[in-house]
Amino acid sequence: MTATPTGEQVSGAQSLVRSLEEVGAEVVFGIPGGAILPAYDPLYDSTRVRHILVRHEQGAGHAAEGYAQATGRVGVCMATSGPGATNLVTPIADAFLDSVPIVAITGQVPYPAIGTDAFQEADISGITLPITKHNFLVQHPEQIPQTIAEAFHLALTGRPGPVLVDIPKDVLQAATSFDWPPTLDLPGYRPVLKPHGKQIREAARLIAGAQRPVLYVGGGVLKAHATAELKRLAELTGIPLVTTLMARGAFPDSHRQHLGMPGMHGSVAAVTALQKADLLIALGTRFDDRVTGRLESFAPHAMIIHADIDPAEIGKNRIADVPIVGDAREVISELIPAIQAEYAAGHRADLTGWWRQADGWRETYPLGYDEPADGSLAPQYVIERLGKIAGPETIFTSGVGQHQMWAAQFISYENPYTWLNSGGAGTMGYSVPAAMGAKVGAPDKLVWAIDGDGCFQMTNQELATCAIEGIPIKVAVINNGNLGMVRQWQTLFYEERYSNTDLGTHASVDQASLTGSRPRIPDFVKLADALGCIGLRCENKSDVDATIEKAMSINDQPVVVDFTVGKDAMVWPMVAAGTSNDEILAARGIRPAFDSGV
Amino acid sequence: MSVHTLSVLVENKPGVLARVTGLFSRRGFNIDSLAVGPTEHPEISRITIVVSVEGNALEQVTKQLNKLINVLKIVELERETAVQRELLLVKVRADETTRRGVVETVELFKAKVIDVGPESITIEVVGPPAKLEAMLKMLEPYGIREMVQSGMVALGRGPRSMTQAALRSVERSA
Repeated sequence: MTATPTGEQVSGAQSLVRSLEEVGAEVVFGIPGGAILPAYDPLYDSTRVRHILVRHEQGAGHAAEGYAQATGRVGVCMATSGPGATNLVTPIADAFLDSVPIVAITGQVPYPAIGTDAFQEADISGITLPITKHNFLVQHPEQIPQTIAEAFHLALTGRPGPVLVDIPKDVLQAATSFDWPPTLDLPGYRPVLKPHGKQIREAARLIAGAQRPVLYVGGGVLKAHATAELKRLAELTGIPLVTTLMARGAFPDSHRQHLGMPGMHGSVAAVTALQKADLLIALGTRFDDRVTGRLESFAPHAMIIHADIDPAEIGKNRIADVPIVGDAREVISELIPAIQAEYAAGHRADLTGWWRQADGWRETYPLGYDEPADGSLAPQYVIERLGKIAGPETIFTSGVGQHQMWAAQFISYENPYTWLNSGGAGTMGYSVPAAMGAKVGAPDKLVWAIDGDGCFQMTNQELATCAIEGIPIKVAVINNGNLGMVRQWQTLFYEERYSNTDLGTHASVDQASLTGSRPRIPDFVKLADALGCIGLRCENKSDVDATIEKAMSINDQPVVVDFTVGKDAMVWPMVAAGTSNDEILAARGIRPAFDSGV
Repeated sequence: MSVHTLSVLVENKPGVLARVTGLFSRRGFNIDSLAVGPTEHPEISRITIVVSVEGNALEQVTKQLNKLINVLKIVELERETAVQRELLLVKVRADETTRRGVVETVELFKAKVIDVGPESITIEVVGPPAKLEAMLKMLEPYGIREMVQSGMVALGRGPRSMTQAALRSVERSA
C-alpha cells in the first residue's frame, strides 16, 4: 500500500485514533504504558472516543465484552506491550469461547527490537493465535486504517469473536497519511449467511412430522439478533423450547413453551425433554459438554437439525441429520414459511401427548431449594428476590460458580441481552468489569453484577474505575465464605474434604488470635467504602428486600451489597460431570422417576 | 488412521504457516510432511500437508483451516487423481569397488548423480514416496552418509486449476 497524497498528514498514533473514531468506537477501556504511549497522546484530544482508565487489563477486556454483549457493538480494549498485553489474554480467551466481538489493541516494542527479548516484549500475536478469530501485527503506519477496519469487520460479522491488533511503537510514531474509508482486503473470509434452500425444506419436513421435537436454542440466536424470529417460530410450531446458558433471555422465561435451561444444572424438564426427544432443532448452539453430558447417551432417540453460522460446529460433537450453515436470523426466517407450507399441505404432527409429558416433568420437578438447616440466609432466595425487585429490564452479569448457576435458574429473563456471563471459559472475575462495560454501553439500564466472594476478589478493583468514572453499577456479592462450586464438588465427590476452599470472608473462631476470633477478611463493606462505593450488608432473610431496595435507591455511586449466606447450599438439579443426562438428580439423592404416570 | 494429502492455498503473508500448522499441533496431529512455496500468483502461496488422521478428525481440521482468515481454499488430493512428488538428495558411500553398483542403481531409478568424489556419490531423485523408498532400500547396503528429503508436493490430474478456482471465488465475493 502506498500513501495517497490526498490524505491527512498524521502520525501512526493519530491514524489509529482517527480510525477508531471513524469505525464508530465510542469507548475504549485500557491502561497506557511504554509501547502504547504514543497512541494515548492523540486519544487525550479525541472528543469522539472516550477512554476509560481501568485498574487491570483483565478488567479492560471483560469491560469490552460486557459493552459488546449489552449493545451488540464491538467492544474495544487497549494495553501496552508485554505484561499489559498478556493481562488481556484471559478476557480474549473468554471472548473467543463465547463468540463476543471485541477488538484488543496492544502496543508492541519497536519493530527493529521485536524478537530481541526487549523490555516489556511479549509475542502477543503468537500467544493469542489460538484464542483469537484473527490477529494482526501492523508493519507499516499506512496499514493502520485498513487493519482497524478489518479488525472491526472480522470481530462483528460471521461468528463474532475477538481480534487483536498489535502495533509496534515506531509504527505509531512514524509519519503517515490518513484516508477513510479504506478498502477491506479479506479474500479468504466469506461467512455464509443464507442457508441452503434444500436443507431448509428438509428441516421443515422433519419439524412438521416430529412427534417429540424440542427447539434447542443457543447464544447464536442472540448474536444474530433473531429473538423476534425465534418467538414467531416457536409460536407457529408450538414446540417446547430450551435456552442454554449463553441464550438465557433469547426467549421469555415466562412463556409457557419455555422448559428452562438444559445441561449440568438445567431444569429436569429441559434436560429430560432433550433426552426423550425424537427431533432436536439446534439453533446457534454447539452441543457443549456442559449441555450434553456424556455425549454418547445424549438425546439418544433424536434426529438432529443443526443450524450454525460456523460450519466447523456442525458435526463436531454430534452428527447432524440436517446440517444448515447460516445466520440464525436468516435460517429461522426461511424455516417459518417452509413449515407453514408443510402445515398447509396437511403435514402436522399432534404434540398433545408430548406436551402432557413435558408438563408432567415441569410440574413434578420444578426448580426449587430448601431453606438452610443452620438458619443461614439462602443464596437462592437472595438471587430470586433480586430478580423480582430489579425487574426484567435489568442487565445482570455474573461471575462463575454456584451464584452463576442460581442466577441463571432463579431469575426470570424476559428480554434479550439482559444476561451476561462467562459461559464457555468459566472465567472467575468476569462480572464486575463486564457490568462496568454494560453500564457504559447502556447507561439508562439498571446493571447488577451478581458475584461470588471468590470471583469478586479477582477483579473488584474495577469498582475504583466505576466510582471515579461515574459508572454506578450495583454488585450483589453472594458471600458464602467459600469457593462454593468447588466446595460443592468436594461435598459430593471428595468425601467432604474441603481442601483450600475456605476464603475467610466470614468471621470465624480463631484460637491462635488474641481475641479468639478472626474478622471477615476482607470486610466487603469496608472494601466498598475504600473503593469509593456504598457498602451494605444483609445477613437475614427479613432484610433482603429492604437491602435491595436501598441499593436500588442509590444512583450516583456504585453499590456493593455483602449478602452473607450459608455455605452448604448446593446447586440442583445436577448431572455429574462425565455421566449421562439420564442420571440427572433433581436434588441430592433424588432421581426423577421419568416413566411413572406418563 | 489413514494418510491424507491436503493442498491449501493461502495468502502470502507473514505468520500464515504458523496459523496453519498450529491447528494441527493443537489437536495433537502429527504432520508427516509439509511443503510451502509460491504459486503462479505472487500473492498466493501453496501449502501441501500430508497428515495421518481418522476421517472425521480430518473433516474437523479442514473446517478449522477454512476458518483461518488467510486461507483461501483447501482441496484433499487423492492418490489416484493426483500426481505426487518428493525430492530426495542422498549421499552414498562409494569407492572404486562399489561405485559401479551405485551408479547402476541410479540408472535403474532414472535418478541423477549430482556430485561425486573419491569416497561418495550424491544422488538426486524425484518421484512418488514409494519410488524414493525403494531406491533408498537399494542404496542402504552401500552406506548412506547423509540424506535430505523435501515435503511432498502434489497437483490434481487433468486441466482444472485450484488456484484459478480460488481466484474466481475471491473475485465473486469482492
